[in-house]
Amino acid sequence: MNVLKIATAGSVDDGKSTLIGRLLYDTKSLTDDKLEAIEEKSKQRGFDYLDFSLATDGLVAEREQGITIDVAHIYFSTRKKSFIIADTPGHIEYTRNMVTGASTAQASIVLIDARNGVVEQTYRHFFINNLLRIKDVVIAINKMDLVDFSEEKYNIIKGEIEYLASKSEYKNQNLTFIPLSALKGDNVVTTSENMPWYKGETLLHHLERLDAEDVQEETQARFPVQTVIRPKTSTYHDFRGYAGKIYGGDFKVGDKIAVLPSQTKSTIKSIHFFNEEFVRAKNGSSVTITLEDNVNVSRGDMLVKINEEPTITKQLNATICWMDSAPLQASQKYYIKHGVNDAQAKITQLNTIIKTDFSGKIENPSALELNQIGDIQLKLSKPLLVDAYNENKSNGSFILINPKTNNTVGVGFIR
Amino acid sequence: MSQKTIQVDALESEAIFIFREVVAQFEKPVLLFSGGKDSITLVRLAQKAFFPAKIPFPLMHIDTGHNFPETIEFRDRLTQELGVELIVRNVQDNIDNGTVKEETGRYASRNMLQTETLLDAIEEFGFDACIGGARRDEEKARAKERIFSVRDDFGQWDEKNQRPEVFDMLNGKIDLGQNVRVFPISNWTELDVWSYIEKENIEIPSIYFAHKRQTFLRDGLIWSADDAVVFRDKEEKVEERMVRFRTVGDMSCTAAVLSHAVDIAKVVEEIRDSSISERGARIDDKRSEAAMEKRKQQGYF
Repeated sequence: MNVLKIATAGSVDDGKSTLIGRLLYDTKSLTDDKLEAIEEKSKQRGFDYLDFSLATDGLVAEREQGITIDVAHIYFSTRKKSFIIADTPGHIEYTRNMVTGASTAQASIVLIDARNGVVEQTYRHFFINNLLRIKDVVIAINKMDLVDFSEEKYNIIKGEIEYLASKSEYKNQNLTFIPLSALKGDNVVTTSENMPWYKGETLLHHLERLDAEDVQEETQARFPVQTVIRPKTSTYHDFRGYAGKIYGGDFKVGDKIAVLPSQTKSTIKSIHFFNEEFVRAKNGSSVTITLEDNVNVSRGDMLVKINEEPTITKQLNATICWMDSAPLQASQKYYIKHGVNDAQAKITQLNTIIKTDFSGKIENPSALELNQIGDIQLKLSKPLLVDAYNENKSNGSFILINPKTNNTVGVGFIR
Repeated sequence: MSQKTIQVDALESEAIFIFREVVAQFEKPVLLFSGGKDSITLVRLAQKAFFPAKIPFPLMHIDTGHNFPETIEFRDRLTQELGVELIVRNVQDNIDNGTVKEETGRYASRNMLQTETLLDAIEEFGFDACIGGARRDEEKARAKERIFSVRDDFGQWDEKNQRPEVFDMLNGKIDLGQNVRVFPISNWTELDVWSYIEKENIEIPSIYFAHKRQTFLRDGLIWSADDAVVFRDKEEKVEERMVRFRTVGDMSCTAAVLSHAVDIAKVVEEIRDSSISERGARIDDKRSEAAMEKRKQQGYF
C-alpha cells in the first residue's frame, strides 16, 4: 500500500485531464462502465474524441464551464506501482486548490503546451513546486503532434525552464523533460515513433521508477504528540503512551530523548503499533511511544533526540501563500496551526510580495491578496517547536485560520 | 520483543493520524457504521489508533430497514466483541412520522431517505464529527472531497468553496451547529481495502463471498429475489445464481455480481482483474450524472 502521490499543474487547456485520461486508458485502469460513460457523454456533447475531463471534473459547475475548480484525486496502478494523481486547477483564481493538491505530492508534472511555450501560469506553477520543494518535477511538453514533433521547439522550452530553475532558491530538484502528446499517446505509456530524437523514458516509466521514500529529504527525528493514551484497564493500568506520527528521521528503543518545550530528558522504553512492539520506527509511521520516566507530556509537545533540537520560538519568519478572498493584513490576529499544535498569531510585518515569475519582490506592500505569495513576520502567543521548511517539510510548515470564519486562509513555510 | 523495524505503510499511518486528530479536535465524534467492508476497515484502524485503550467514540448505524440480515447480525456481534456503544437510528421512524416519503415503483430505494435520519441523529446527539468510510476512488464527486469536510447545520456540502487542506494539517474549527464529515480512508482504493482486510485477517459479512442466491436480471444487473423489498415485475424471471456483493448498501439499490470468490484471496484476485467499477452495481448512482454530488449537497454522507 505504498503509493506515489503526484500533482499535475498546467495552464488551462494544456491538457491535464487528457493526460490523466491517457494514463488511465493506456494502463487499462479505467473500468468498462466508466469508459462507457465517457464515450456516451463525449458523443452527447458532439466531440469526436474521448473527453477524459468528464471523468475527472466531478462537479456540475466544472462540467458546465469545462474547467477544473477543485482538486480531484485519481487512482491508478500498474503491476509495479500504485499512484494517486491530484488533478489540480489551472486557473489563477483556483491557485489555492492547486496548492492543496500539490502539498502532499512527492512528485509533480508541469504541463506546457508546446505551441505556446512557457506562459505566465507556467512560471507560477513552477514557482509553487519549488516553494513546496517537490523534489522530482517532470516538465511534460504536451501537444508535440501540433508542432510537427519539433525537437527545436522542445529545446527552446527546455532552455527556458532550465533558466528559471537557475534562478530558484531550491537547488536539490530533479527536473525531467518529456516531449509528449497526451491526446495521441506519444511518450505517455508507450515510446513515440514520431520523436526518434528523444532518448529518454516515457512518462509512466519515469513515474514507476520514482520511490516515494527516495524523494524525501533526510531530516532529524521529530515526534509531535497527538494524543496521550491511558487505557486505565486492569491489563494496562499503568500504560501511558504518546501517540503520534513521526515527522522525520527515526526513533529506537533506548534513544535518549528530550520532551519539548519542557526540556525534560528521558529514554524511549517501547514503541507500539497496535498489538505489536517494534525496536525502531521510521519517518511517517503512526506509532505509540512509552518513556522510562513518568514525565509530563501532552498534545502539542514534541519528542526529539538530544542534540537534535528544533528551534523553540515565539517569532517566525515565513513565506506565505494567501488563500482567502479577504486579504492578509498586518496587525490582524489569526490562529496558527503548526502540525498538531496551535497558538494565536499576530502578523507583525508584511515584508514583501514575491513575484512568481522569479523577477523579484515588491517591498512593504499594504496587503497580501488571494493567491499572492509573500514574506511575513509573526508573533506567537506561545512558543512553537519549529524547523525551517527546507530542513523538515512537516515541521516547517503551518496554516493560518481566520478566527471569525474558521477558514484556512494561508499556508506558511518557515524560513 | 521482536527485533524489528516498523515499515511505513503510508495509507494506514495516514488514516491512524486522522483518527487521532478527530479525537483531539472534537468533543463528540461518531463513527458511521454500515456493516460494509469500508466501515469495518475503519473500525480496525480506530482500534489501532487508540490501542491498548478502547475506541473512544460510539458507532452509529443508520438502518434503512432494508439491510441484508447477514450484515445486521455481523454488526451486532462486532460491536459486542469490541465493547463499543452502538447507536441505531431507523429510516422507518422518519417514514412513520412523515418527515420523509417512501419511494415507490421500479427503482424505489431507501438510500436517499437515510440523509434525513442521519441529520436528525447528528442533531439529537450533538455530534460534531462523523467519521465515514467514503473513498475518493468510488465516484467523481467523492474524488473532490476533503478529509475534513465541513457541513452546515442543514448538512450541506459547499463543494465549490471547500477549505484548502494542505500537508497533513487538518482544520477542525467549526461554528456551533456545523459538523465535520471525516474520511480517514479517502486515499484508499477498493483494492487497498480488500488487500488490507486480507493482510489483517479481518472478518467480514458472508454476503461479500460467493454464494447461491435467488436472483433476477434488470438493466443488465443482478438483483436479489430473496427479499420482498427489492421491486420485481412478475415477468422478471427468478433464477439461482452464484453471486457475491461488492458493496453492501440498501438492498433495494445494491446489485450482486457473478462470482466464484469464496475467500478473501479470491476476492482480491477478482477485484484486481475486474473491468467494472465498484459503484457500477449501485443503481442510485446512475440516476443522473451528478447523483452523488446532489445527495452530498443535501447532507448524504
